[in-house]
Amino acid sequence: MLQVKKLSAAYGQVTAIREIDLSIDEGGILAVIGANGAGKSTLLKTIAGQLPLKTGSIHFEGQDISALPAFERARRGVVMVPEGRRLFASLTVHENLQTALSSKRKGFWNLETVYDLFPLVAERKDRRAGNLSGGEQQATAIARALVANPRLLLLDEVSLGLAPAIISELYAILPKILAQGTSILLVEQDVSQALKVSDEVHCLLQGSTSLAGKNFDMAAISAAYFGTEVKS
Amino acid sequence: MNLLDPIIQGILLGGLYALFAAGLSLMFGVMRIVNLAYGDFAVLASYASLVVVNAALVNPLVALVFIAPAMALIGYVLQRTILQRTLGLSPLPSLLVTFGLSIIVQNLLLMFGSADQQRLTLGDIDTASIILPLDIHIGVFPLAVFVLAIVILSALSWFMASTQYGRLVRAVSDDPATVELQGVNPKQIFALATAIAFGLVAVAGVAAGIQTSFNPSSGSMLLIFAFEAVIIGGLGSLWGTLGGAMILGVAQTVGAAFAPAQQILAGHLVFLIFLAFLPNGISRRKVRA
Repeated sequence: MLQVKKLSAAYGQVTAIREIDLSIDEGGILAVIGANGAGKSTLLKTIAGQLPLKTGSIHFEGQDISALPAFERARRGVVMVPEGRRLFASLTVHENLQTALSSKRKGFWNLETVYDLFPLVAERKDRRAGNLSGGEQQATAIARALVANPRLLLLDEVSLGLAPAIISELYAILPKILAQGTSILLVEQDVSQALKVSDEVHCLLQGSTSLAGKNFDMAAISAAYFGTEVKS
Repeated sequence: MNLLDPIIQGILLGGLYALFAAGLSLMFGVMRIVNLAYGDFAVLASYASLVVVNAALVNPLVALVFIAPAMALIGYVLQRTILQRTLGLSPLPSLLVTFGLSIIVQNLLLMFGSADQQRLTLGDIDTASIILPLDIHIGVFPLAVFVLAIVILSALSWFMASTQYGRLVRAVSDDPATVELQGVNPKQIFALATAIAFGLVAVAGVAAGIQTSFNPSSGSMLLIFAFEAVIIGGLGSLWGTLGGAMILGVAQTVGAAFAPAQQILAGHLVFLIFLAFLPNGISRRKVRA
């Protein structure tokens, strides 16, 4: 459903990702791993439309979406949970979720089903989003994205700055999202966490693909992750 | 000296200032656009109303039915074509562009109108008044403007708090890039908010044209009063704006009771006192950088 071909993007003159190829099947999940500054978030932002691509193309459900603005991509079902959650701090949790209704996408997810999935978010619904803990914020950010009924959910660093118990709670939710037919592309620094939810990994190193596929052993992954030679 | 009369007149005058400041509060508080042409667009609406009144022989309120939507449309187009391009990290481009717009509007009015004072009239209602005990006279029209200001601010607060567009306007002021991830074009939301502000400025311009008088350059004074009301009230708070407008109105009329020539100066002094000691305004909301 998502085909990314030879994708490059830059911040001004500085190229951040180079010729990335990847694809995700209907209902599939792919984890993009890599160290800090490897270009993972840049890749996600480029697919979501927040950053223009320099070369290559992005096809979604058979159509070229490379030139569409971010809001058009969201309306077609490419929805991102941005790095750092980016909730609307002056709005309540409930109002944050309501903003996603503007995508006008119908499907299994609505305010009710999302609250069922995240009872903690439902409890906090009248709080200002600025007054939530990190875990509550991340749950709210994922809930907000789900209200838009994504076909493809882009998750940027779900685990960033959260306690291990909360991270596993959030990751435990991903299978329920996949079960509704949504595909997931997630970015994760923590390799073992990524491998728990996704068989397939795509490793970035300094903006380029260093490893992509399934069933690698930890030595191969860590070589691709850190850019060191595999000792045989 | 009996201060009750000037206080009551000041509160009513505050209604007119609140009407002006409501749209500015929306643009300044929400979009962080300092629109220096705001007062001139109010005067433009007054002149447009005068033209319609003279051509169609209707009263100014009927003219307003056409002029408010027309001004809203001008606001929408202006935001999409010009003002949107000035939004960014620096407030300078929008200041320069709206300053330029202000000069353009003033000079167009001078070209097509004249430098004379003009006014709009509703006939007898202009000077009708209600006499209360203690020999206090309340003008019917200023009272109507005050009530209208409260109605409009209530409607605007309801719109901002309870509708999807209102939520999106607030979300856009928090974080436009993330609003886009929800499938919303933030430019559309900015343009809608500007359209509302311009519709309101038309109402305020016509009301001021009936209550006082206007000429092509009277917009800058209106702009200063509106800014003072917004800042005394606190950025981003509509009810604070009403409070700020009433404080400004009372400061002016009470000041005038002591020194009739210094009415406007008294308003500015009170504004400066607020700026020095209560820079976040009476609603005390923290302003984000």
